[in-house]
Amino acid sequence: MNKKVQVQATINGEEVEFLCEPRQSLLEVLRETLGLTGAKEGCNNGNCGACNIILDGALVNSCLVLAVEIEGRTLTTIEGIATPQGLHPLQEKFISHAALQCGFCTPGFIVASKALLDQNPDPSEADVRQWLAGNLCRCTGYDRIVRAVLDAAQVLQEKAV
Amino acid sequence: MSTISVEEQEKQYRVIGKTPLRHDGTDKVTGRAQYGADIRLPGMLYGVVLRSPHAHARILFIDTSKAEAYPGVRAVVTANDMPDVESKIAEIGEGSINLRHQSNNVLAKDKVLYFGHAVAAVAAVNIHVAEEAAALIEVKYELLPPVLDVRMAMKDDSAILLNDLRTDELGKKGDRPSNIAGHYQIQVGDIEKGFQAASVIVEREFFTSMVHQGYIEPQNATAQHNPDGQITIWCSTQGSFGVREQTAEILEIPISKIRVIPMEIGGGFGGKVGVYLEPVAVLLSRKSGNRPVKITMSRSDVLAATGPTSGSYLKVKMGASSDGKITAVQALLAYEAGAFPGSPVGGGMGVMFAPYNIENALVDGYDVLVNKPRTAAYRAPGGSNAAFACETLIDELCQKLEMDPIAFRLLNGVKEGDRRVDGPVYQRIGFLETLEAAQNSPHYQEPLKGPNRGRGVASGFWYNYGGKSSASASVNSDGSVSLSTGSVDIGGTRTSIAMQLAEGLGIPAESIRPMVADTDAVGYTEGTYGSRTTFATGWAAYEVSKLLKATLLERAALIWETASDQIRYEDGVFACGDKQMTFAELARRLDETGGPVVASAAVRPEQSGPAFATHIVDVEVDPETGKVQILRYTAVQDAGKAIYPNYVESQMQGGVAQGVGWALNEEYLYDDQGRLVNASWLDYRMPVTLDLPMIDSIIVEVPNPGHPYGVRGVGEVPIVPPPAAVANAIYHAIGVRMNILPMTPARIVAELQQQKG
Repeated sequence: MNKKVQVQATINGEEVEFLCEPRQSLLEVLRETLGLTGAKEGCNNGNCGACNIILDGALVNSCLVLAVEIEGRTLTTIEGIATPQGLHPLQEKFISHAALQCGFCTPGFIVASKALLDQNPDPSEADVRQWLAGNLCRCTGYDRIVRAVLDAAQVLQEKAV
Repeated sequence: MSTISVEEQEKQYRVIGKTPLRHDGTDKVTGRAQYGADIRLPGMLYGVVLRSPHAHARILFIDTSKAEAYPGVRAVVTANDMPDVESKIAEIGEGSINLRHQSNNVLAKDKVLYFGHAVAAVAAVNIHVAEEAAALIEVKYELLPPVLDVRMAMKDDSAILLNDLRTDELGKKGDRPSNIAGHYQIQVGDIEKGFQAASVIVEREFFTSMVHQGYIEPQNATAQHNPDGQITIWCSTQGSFGVREQTAEILEIPISKIRVIPMEIGGGFGGKVGVYLEPVAVLLSRKSGNRPVKITMSRSDVLAATGPTSGSYLKVKMGASSDGKITAVQALLAYEAGAFPGSPVGGGMGVMFAPYNIENALVDGYDVLVNKPRTAAYRAPGGSNAAFACETLIDELCQKLEMDPIAFRLLNGVKEGDRRVDGPVYQRIGFLETLEAAQNSPHYQEPLKGPNRGRGVASGFWYNYGGKSSASASVNSDGSVSLSTGSVDIGGTRTSIAMQLAEGLGIPAESIRPMVADTDAVGYTEGTYGSRTTFATGWAAYEVSKLLKATLLERAALIWETASDQIRYEDGVFACGDKQMTFAELARRLDETGGPVVASAAVRPEQSGPAFATHIVDVEVDPETGKVQILRYTAVQDAGKAIYPNYVESQMQGGVAQGVGWALNEEYLYDDQGRLVNASWLDYRMPVTLDLPMIDSIIVEVPNPGHPYGVRGVGEVPIVPPPAAVANAIYHAIGVRMNILPMTPARIVAELQQQKG
């Protein structure tokens, strides 16, 4: 059996410490060890984006990161997107635009969209489609997702003014 | 989105047709919703299934001793741990299945019949140990010739998959082994006479590949076997009662011993009706000393061993008179069933010509075994293949007759009182209305300009299904109503069902608290398939509203010391003379009038309302690379009455996206030994954001006379027209008639080169 390694990181604003095997993916540790099951396993090889998280400001597939690699780093998962004050505008717009059906890909899309809006607060439809091309949704045909992201960007910009 | 209502005196609804926020929205945007793989139980083990690397082989022996001895392993099972299930047919929703075949699909008994066929399973302390142990299981195979092509499989000298299979030849059993499980036929009129009357005849062959439903959540199941024999299963399924039945039959356990708790489900599209993992998880739990066991499929397992819908070969001939009336049709459909009988060829046979009035027709369908995974239902099962053939031939007829494709369909299209080619007479339907709406749409009104661009039109039909549904509700003292149903919510049906209860009660949708209950907590309910949930479970909720209302009127009568028929109830307010009381005010006073108010209802509508759709698509084809870009898409559909229009539109858009993937990219690729070579989402290419434009939708509302609120199912028909619509658009862009799905860049370039000579 592989010897376990101690890892410290900041997850959703909290200092977290855990033990993991070197071969365990970050996705596996988030879900199985830390109970953060919002990141989903759709393919486990980086093709669907359902496990998206933000690692030191960068959007990554947590299935393609080893858990030991996050030592000393900061990450945000879907569980860290809403604040104590309420839902993030992206979350509100996903609901009001009916931008989900089964909801399984939704955490990944919201995390990916958050990463987009963090660096491009006023994206065009083409920007949104380009950015979200790494996230698969099989239910909606993407139309409502793209609209929700564009609408959330508007809300965030109005708030920023 | 736009909505066109054709009912002259539209009922005024308070809740139906509005857009309340879905009740489970917050759980699903925060990551809190619990899907099957999210479950974690004390002492839980992790299961892995060992799968066949061969497409067709006899299992000589399986040696599990090394795996059993591996540290951390708690149980290993093979088909020897399963009872010998007798051969009998069971309905599992959107199709029937022989239970012995189902058992042999869950764990292979004597033969493996496809690459990825399950042969053994391991439960261990974690997933990695389970994978390592599974690799230690030794299986000795005797290889057999793989049967990979539907037409080869039909030949007399083909290798045989199931030696005990005899062809169901138009109702009679054949006398020798065959890969043809069934031959079915629809015959009406006299096709010879019909083709003689035609002034234009078109005939082509068509080829389509197996495609997968592509739900993002892999299959998963967790089982807890108790020392007293009671079993609990948590899983991702479209139908919890179906999982209970199938598991009970396969393991020969009474259904009373099994409780199935449906978790949130990450998409199904028909692929999560039959069981794969649930019986295996139960066996592992029992054998490991009653530890809970969770099994989650990898994506490659999902692609290799679950789902796909049939690849097919079709040969279709259509004739029309000079004024554009269809005079005769003839079709042969051969559908790949995969490893066990049960392709949706019957669905395809009925769908193919359903939108049209046709007096002379001969349709032959074949259900054919090949060494590929057992096919499962996929959204309007069998329909897209059939419509691809018929709707592209209609485009060719229109071209030869110099007719507008919508005008042609209006001339031949079915309406109330017309007879479907396979027999039934239509009640009120909305096919012509979808055509008119398409004709008048901004999309069709605006000409398409530019080189290598073309516009395609296609229509489609789907039967829809009714089936059994139950609902239970209880009035709470704060004026809310708790609602339990057995319908798994894949796309917002908690809300579309709750809206129908709310409408009946005259209270807001937000006052309903809907939940999906497990098999011990609610009446029998068929799965979320066949476009049936908003239709049938919504109907059950409507019946519950009537029962609750009747009881509440009696309670109000007690308070006002009058007879209940002296009280009016409208828009959530009870009134008698000048006295008034709201629903919430009465709800607060239930304890003084006799206690809780609850009601349950069950329905089994025998008929449902058929759905029709007409789609318009503009494409641009790059003649150098063969790449097709979708420029614009409009989907028109008769929803009967759209209960929850946002989600009706989303069903239409999602069906279009899947249909476009089927048209352009998606296919199962096997090598000559029958090994699936593209079992990942990198290589099995589903549409992403960049592949699609916004998808415009027009909801037509021709209320279904067979439902209290006029509902027709909406989920399935939108996948029927897209492959044909895209093929027609490609023809009008570059002058090439594509008869193969998917219409990949390489195939389009090859056709263009052939065209040039």
